[in-house]
Amino acid sequence: MGVMDQVELPKPIKYVFNWGRKYSLWCFNFGLACCAIEFIAASTSRHDFIRHGVIPFAHGPRQADLLVVSGTLTDKMAPAVKRLYDEMPEPKYVISFGSCSNCGGPYWDSYSVTKGVDQVIPVDVYVPGCPPRPEALLDGIMRLQDRIQNESLPERIAERRRDPANVGAEAGLALDPHAVHTAAPVLGPTGGDA
Amino acid sequence: MSDLDTRERVLQGTAPGEGLAIELIGDGDLVTADMSLSIGPAHPATHGVFRIVFEMDGERIVRARPVIGYMHRGFEKLAEHRDYRQIMALVNRHDWLSGFANELGVALAVEQMLEMEVPERAQWIRMLMAEWNRVLNHLMFIGSYALELGAITPMFYAFREREDIQHLLEAATGGRLHFTYNQVGGVKIDLPAGFLRESERLVGVMRQRMPDYFDLVHGNEIFRGRTVNVGPLPVDVATSIGVTGPALQATGLAEDARVTEPYLQYDKVEVEVPVGANGDAFDRFDVLLRRIVASIDVIDQIHGHIGAGPVNQKLPKMVKAPEGWTYVRTENPLGQLGYWLESDGGRTPWRLKMRTPSFSNVQAIPYLVEGQLLADAISILGSVFFVVGDIDR
Ligand code: SF4
Repeated sequence: MGVMDQVELPKPIKYVFNWGRKYSLWCFNFGLACCAIEFIAASTSRHDFIRHGVIPFAHGPRQADLLVVSGTLTDKMAPAVKRLYDEMPEPKYVISFGSCSNCGGPYWDSYSVTKGVDQVIPVDVYVPGCPPRPEALLDGIMRLQDRIQNESLPERIAERRRDPANVGAEAGLALDPHAVHTAAPVLGPTGGDA
Repeated sequence: MSDLDTRERVLQGTAPGEGLAIELIGDGDLVTADMSLSIGPAHPATHGVFRIVFEMDGERIVRARPVIGYMHRGFEKLAEHRDYRQIMALVNRHDWLSGFANELGVALAVEQMLEMEVPERAQWIRMLMAEWNRVLNHLMFIGSYALELGAITPMFYAFREREDIQHLLEAATGGRLHFTYNQVGGVKIDLPAGFLRESERLVGVMRQRMPDYFDLVHGNEIFRGRTVNVGPLPVDVATSIGVTGPALQATGLAEDARVTEPYLQYDKVEVEVPVGANGDAFDRFDVLLRRIVASIDVIDQIHGHIGAGPVNQKLPKMVKAPEGWTYVRTENPLGQLGYWLESDGGRTPWRLKMRTPSFSNVQAIPYLVEGQLLADAISILGSVFFVVGDIDR
């Protein structure tokens, strides 16, 4: 983003800038379980969130602005989510889609399920439901867009730098392009074996 | 595996298992080692968090090892802490594309233990729902398999139909994906007015649209090129691994629990079991498409059978299965689903063991991909239809 994330822009320019950002959210779907099916349903013809400017064809986390975590996050999977999140460039947003990724959902007492994706990465919008209807995702997206419209980029980035709990241990480092590439891989080629 | 024994194997020119000969490339210290390639757990070609580690020799796969467990949610343990009504809301989630069919198995198992007679209308309604659920499931795989091979359009077609069917089922059950419509002794509530009329209309719509699918994917030359004779599965290997469902029927064996061991009222309807010829990826997909047509035919027959009557039974406040065990097998959309239910007479099962079709079906993957090219592995992976939650439970 260069200078944009350090200098507060004049209001009209900021308005246009944010307007452009909110309607071109390249979205990386981290489909984990049942909710991923409803995510796909939301992206196809009947509900079609592409008309809201959310493009679900990001080739990977490095091209994405928005991460949608849909489904159950297990403890075995958690490092991978964290890693993918760290690979995304700032400014990045996260929608947690479904009860499981909000809080563990029906597996609140399971021994292997992470009780909410927000234990691993910061979340901007929570969409409740098991599974949430596609309409609920549309609502979540619109709320996120409202937030993007009204936000100040330098403030957001400064806030994330300040709050290490928000971004995890590597915190500010994730903003440094080199940090991402040199970070030790969480999963080895055969690591995390069952 | 350390570099050393990889190198030894390369030098000897053999790989363990299947007696695959590896060509010697280079000499002495320049001899090449196999490359280990990890696909997943988050990879667009393996819908869901399925991970597979390939050992490659150039473009060829020498060995494949599926790494499962990324979606292990502990269903079997959780089921020991839920009573028989709550279990319904739990089990429909392991194979998230066939919610109704999963509930059905548990309901049948509990009813068997209680020696409970289910009203006939309830049984027909269950069959109707189970068949629509099968269509829903297969449509999803038609879309996603084409997507894995690089075609986006079939997904949109499949979801057009899925939305219509989900809309219908939602009218009766209130759910789009997880219906929780079964209960011990029948179904939760009666069908809403006009349900059957709408269902009949949808049968007509589906019959009209099925030729589109056959044309769109089936008659597509690129699709054929990527699937015909790719990953053939012989019938003896399939049965020894325990493969069931469309993947087994594609090998030419007409095994379907609805026909060979009918439950509910399946003996009163005619169920056609489509089979393939040589069990390659194309056959598996073809069987999937024809199974939709067969299910639509079954639904059409069911409409004529649904009579009047109650749809459930009055249950005591606390359902308690008597001491003992039972095993129920049903034909889930992806294959045979078995529930082993053991009770010690308490409010919750003492043990609920699942035999899920996807778990058995993915065991065939190493057999299918070893010795194949990497590009074919993607079309093989997608053609052994599985749901990750159903593998890992
Ligand atoms: S919230 Fe419900 S539908 Fe979504 S992944 Fe969890 S169990 Fe499945």
